[in-house]
Amino acid sequence: MNNNVTYNDIFKKCFGLEDKDLNETLTYNSSPEWDSVGHMELIAELEETFNIMMETDDIIDFSSYEKGKEILAKYDIKF
Amino acid sequence: MSYYDNLTEFSDRVALITEEREKITYAQLEKEADEIVGVLDPRNIVFLVCKNCKESIFVYIGLLRKKVVPVLINNNINIQLFENLLISYKPSFIYIPEENQELGFDFQVIKTYGGYNVVKTTYNNEYEINDELALLLTTSGSTGSPKLVRQSYRNIESNAEAIADYLQISADDKAITTMPMSYTYGLSIINSHLLKGACLILNEHTLMEKEFWALLKEEKATTFGGVPYVYEMLKKLRFSRMELPSLKYITQAGGKLSAELAEEFSKVCIEKQIKLIIMYGQTEATARMSYLPWEYALSKAGSMGIAIPGGEFYLIDSDNNVINEDEIVGELIYKGNNVTLGYAEDYSDLIKGDENHGTLHTGDMARRDKDGFYYIVGRKKRFLKIFGNRINLDEVEAMLRSKGYECVCTGVDDKLHIYTTNENTESEIIQFISSQTRINSTAFKVTYIEEIPRNDSGKILYSALN
Repeated sequence: MNNNVTYNDIFKKCFGLEDKDLNETLTYNSSPEWDSVGHMELIAELEETFNIMMETDDIIDFSSYEKGKEILAKYDIKF
Repeated sequence: MSYYDNLTEFSDRVALITEEREKITYAQLEKEADEIVGVLDPRNIVFLVCKNCKESIFVYIGLLRKKVVPVLINNNINIQLFENLLISYKPSFIYIPEENQELGFDFQVIKTYGGYNVVKTTYNNEYEINDELALLLTTSGSTGSPKLVRQSYRNIESNAEAIADYLQISADDKAITTMPMSYTYGLSIINSHLLKGACLILNEHTLMEKEFWALLKEEKATTFGGVPYVYEMLKKLRFSRMELPSLKYITQAGGKLSAELAEEFSKVCIEKQIKLIIMYGQTEATARMSYLPWEYALSKAGSMGIAIPGGEFYLIDSDNNVINEDEIVGELIYKGNNVTLGYAEDYSDLIKGDENHGTLHTGDMARRDKDGFYYIVGRKKRFLKIFGNRINLDEVEAMLRSKGYECVCTGVDDKLHIYTTNENTESEIIQFISSQTRINSTAFKVTYIEEIPRNDSGKILYSALN
């Protein structure tokens, strides 16, 4: 399955968003559901779906939808 | 003379460090605090919409110094609930962060101070306020109850002293904030550290943000506190592998830490030479009632410890008799100077004095082991702690009922389970409750049931739900 679609689906599911919300304006705290609790859920979903284990520095650096793609690239997930 | 009356004792010491790395001394804190409340008359009620920022601390300290009574409210409060509180308490002024100015409704902004607006209301506030009343805090403010806890000057002072004593807080400590100031645990960290001339590193970042850890490391925080969910996050972030040489001790309260996490973190903290101090308390007891001395964190994992200095615990059975034996469960009763005056439902209650006389029925069920250590085993009342917030289950049911849903609520800490007889309403119920309580929707689960289980007398059988 296309990584972009998978990634988007996870964001939509975790934060109750739609495709139109998934852009550079989507950052930690910009959506009410993306608080620290939501972040834990997001990371857990990403790890499970892409079968990776994220480093602490990457978890706390994952501050936006766009940044997230850069970070996942380190785990060989290409977009 | 309380700590906030005498800040010049620590004058050149740094009291506050902000996110922008600004350092504010005790002398500056005193000056700013008096200035920011300059417009007020003593013995008024004022709402302070809090953030972990310097202006919020200035207002808080200024109000205590001037003997004006603040109601501390979280910056993320739902606007309708805020309005409810306004109508119930008719404050003369409101201090609001600029970004949340709609909470000022149509009232006039008479001054701005840093990132805060000072709003003057038009309420007729000819009601009386008891001389002992110092501060008002919400209990389950997130579910709209206007019920507030009345704290006295003596409560604040005695609890700050006791906490500073058993945690051995010194002027060299630097506590980084992790919780809302309007929350009794977060507030107790502020009180106990300022009492000792220590430093507060103020920030609104969460543990999931790199800015939090940068601030902690660069400013060399010696301590922070956390509710059980914070420890879930620390585990996810692999706290055990972090290099945090400045940390001396961490505390935990706001709900019972699971036995697994309690044990895991006691071991991790031993390895890292950080003291882990588990604690227990309630807004009704100002903040803390007990602590588990750090040396027992592992051997007594699961316990919340012993009464704080000056406090006392005992257990009673269902006939209100004191339980003398070990390992028998009863309701936990606490006695101490930090037991608050009582509740208020609206402004007419503010004249009330001390209704508790130093004794608190905690509503928690506990047992005591042979060494005198206490363990919480359950709750008498129907509420949960969700990420540290107290959520009353009956109030949630009432909120949903008022929206037309037939529901019953149960659950465990951090997971509220709603059972509804309304088909296909799962996402709208979650969305409604999440926006009302301002709690992340992942805390809620909805299950459809055909009908609500009741016994022959019509009483809801919560135990039949699974």
